[in-house]
Amino acid sequence: MTAQPISFQTQLSSRPAEARSWWGDALRRFSQERLAVVASVIFVLLLFTSLLAPLLAPYNPIEQFRQTGLTAQGQPVLPSAEFWLGTDGLGRDLLSRLLYGGRVSLGISITASAISVLIGLLVGGVAGFIGGKTDFVVMRFVDLIMSMPTFFLTLLLVVMLSPGVWVVITVIALFSWTGPARVFRSQVLTVKQRDFVQAARCLGVPQTRIFLRHLAPHVLPLLAVYLALGIPNAIFAEASLSFLGLGVPAPAPSWGSMIRDGYAYYRAAPWIAFFPGVAIALAVVTINLLGNGLREAMDPVRRK
Amino acid sequence: MFVQYILRRLLWMVVTLLGVSLLTFLLVFAGPTDPARKLVGDKATGVSIDHIRREYGLDQPLYVQYVTYMGRILRGDLGDSYYYRRPVTEALFTRLPATALLAFSIMLVSCLIGIPLGVLTALRHNSLLDRATMILGLVAISLPSFFVGILLLYLFAFQVKLFPVGGYGSWRHLVLPTLAVAIPWGAWYAIFLRSSMLEAISADYVRTAYAKGLRPRIVALRHMLRNALLPVITIMGIDMASLLTGIVLVESVFSWPGIGMQTLQAAQHLDVPLIMGSVLFGAVLIGIANLLVDIVYTWLDPRVQLE
Repeated sequence: MTAQPISFQTQLSSRPAEARSWWGDALRRFSQERLAVVASVIFVLLLFTSLLAPLLAPYNPIEQFRQTGLTAQGQPVLPSAEFWLGTDGLGRDLLSRLLYGGRVSLGISITASAISVLIGLLVGGVAGFIGGKTDFVVMRFVDLIMSMPTFFLTLLLVVMLSPGVWVVITVIALFSWTGPARVFRSQVLTVKQRDFVQAARCLGVPQTRIFLRHLAPHVLPLLAVYLALGIPNAIFAEASLSFLGLGVPAPAPSWGSMIRDGYAYYRAAPWIAFFPGVAIALAVVTINLLGNGLREAMDPVRRK
Repeated sequence: MFVQYILRRLLWMVVTLLGVSLLTFLLVFAGPTDPARKLVGDKATGVSIDHIRREYGLDQPLYVQYVTYMGRILRGDLGDSYYYRRPVTEALFTRLPATALLAFSIMLVSCLIGIPLGVLTALRHNSLLDRATMILGLVAISLPSFFVGILLLYLFAFQVKLFPVGGYGSWRHLVLPTLAVAIPWGAWYAIFLRSSMLEAISADYVRTAYAKGLRPRIVALRHMLRNALLPVITIMGIDMASLLTGIVLVESVFSWPGIGMQTLQAAQHLDVPLIMGSVLFGAVLIGIANLLVDIVYTWLDPRVQLE
């Protein structure tokens, strides 16, 4: 009788070492997705250039070069040795604005996505865990928000609270936690049905311990996935608000407000809108690939 | 059965609208901004603000205001717009045709781009066409619609003067605003449909269809596409709220005189009744779209019962 557990032990230790750690396993499979790795490198580079904007930017992003930065007719100048990406309608250096704009755009969208994922985890996780009437009421509330034209309300709230970094973050997060809430709820519901949770329940393990010990490890990794996948929408939301003039107030640059500046000059100086548009596209493409790679790597179903 | 289902859904829509109106109302009035102050402008004296507040009923307790407001809605009266100084229903309905036209055309063109591309790329999996479409599609879905709009303006209204730069009137005015939203959306539908077509390709019923000697075209369209469209239809329903977002943005890029631009102006002037009206109106649109999606769904998949 005593021989059985021992043979079980030997079986366990004979498995390859890297397969034993969940994170190691996920990391290994993430690194196999070449596209996702390349994308994350580019995204991290974008993040760093934004973070290090004060060191990298050649000029002050809000300084207006009325002599050198504008032509004799008062038009923006083309990309040149002095202004690598040219200047905007007020003679400000576009490269510096792009770098500083990245701090605003990426900073706001990453924070907003983080907040919305945390709210989603809290609401969805609790609803799924408690179940019953609580779940029903909470999910109907989620349905309600999902059937609202939230952008109309976003516009109104930003005007009411007067635009600023934290107002934009809050308002974006306020309407974007419903997607993550659904994901976390269904994940909790799935894991709750699994045998090991049922077994723990039969053994009389307390609810909080089941939650922390058995549910959390299966649900928390999804935080990283949905944090990443929420960023593109937050980038779009921030850019849309800034484009409409309801984002972080001028003269602070953001990619969206730079496109707004460029819109006024799209005939004479199309590059003003072009560069921030490319920056948004690059950030969104790379973070999407990164998020999909993470999802593939962490998806419990696909784990071998 | 069908009528019953529709009635039940309409009832649920009314409940949703009540919820939406309450939520909007609370958000608007729990805020720190005083609509009366915005209404009279910064130069007004305390006396005239009090006067305005009484005139618009803003001095009443919150629940009284809500009940009054809902009572008027039931009689089809959404109040008067502060900014336009006309009934909200009138303001909405004069702008409705332009927005409805734009929305319809965006949905149509997105499908015309997305469905053929999704089918072709899935059938020619890993071909040059497939790879090129996927790369371009990935770029297209990463571009904000207003940026696409500006690119289109530059290329097809300024460099090549094919279309007007903005405004409303003929079909030529419709092309660029439609494409600005439909290009990213069509790309998104193509990518989504392709992956759900690829799943269908290896399904048993497809093998059966080939085995009984059906022509590949018939298998692709009647068997694979019909099943693969189901998830796409679902996301189309979910996307209705973001269609309204896209519409606000392209309407302001192309000065399209629709509800989106009007709502933006309403927000800028804190025109509470008009915003409330637009939000309710948008919620009705989303509700109708979801209902349509469900109906199309059962038509495509007879296994699904309307209940």
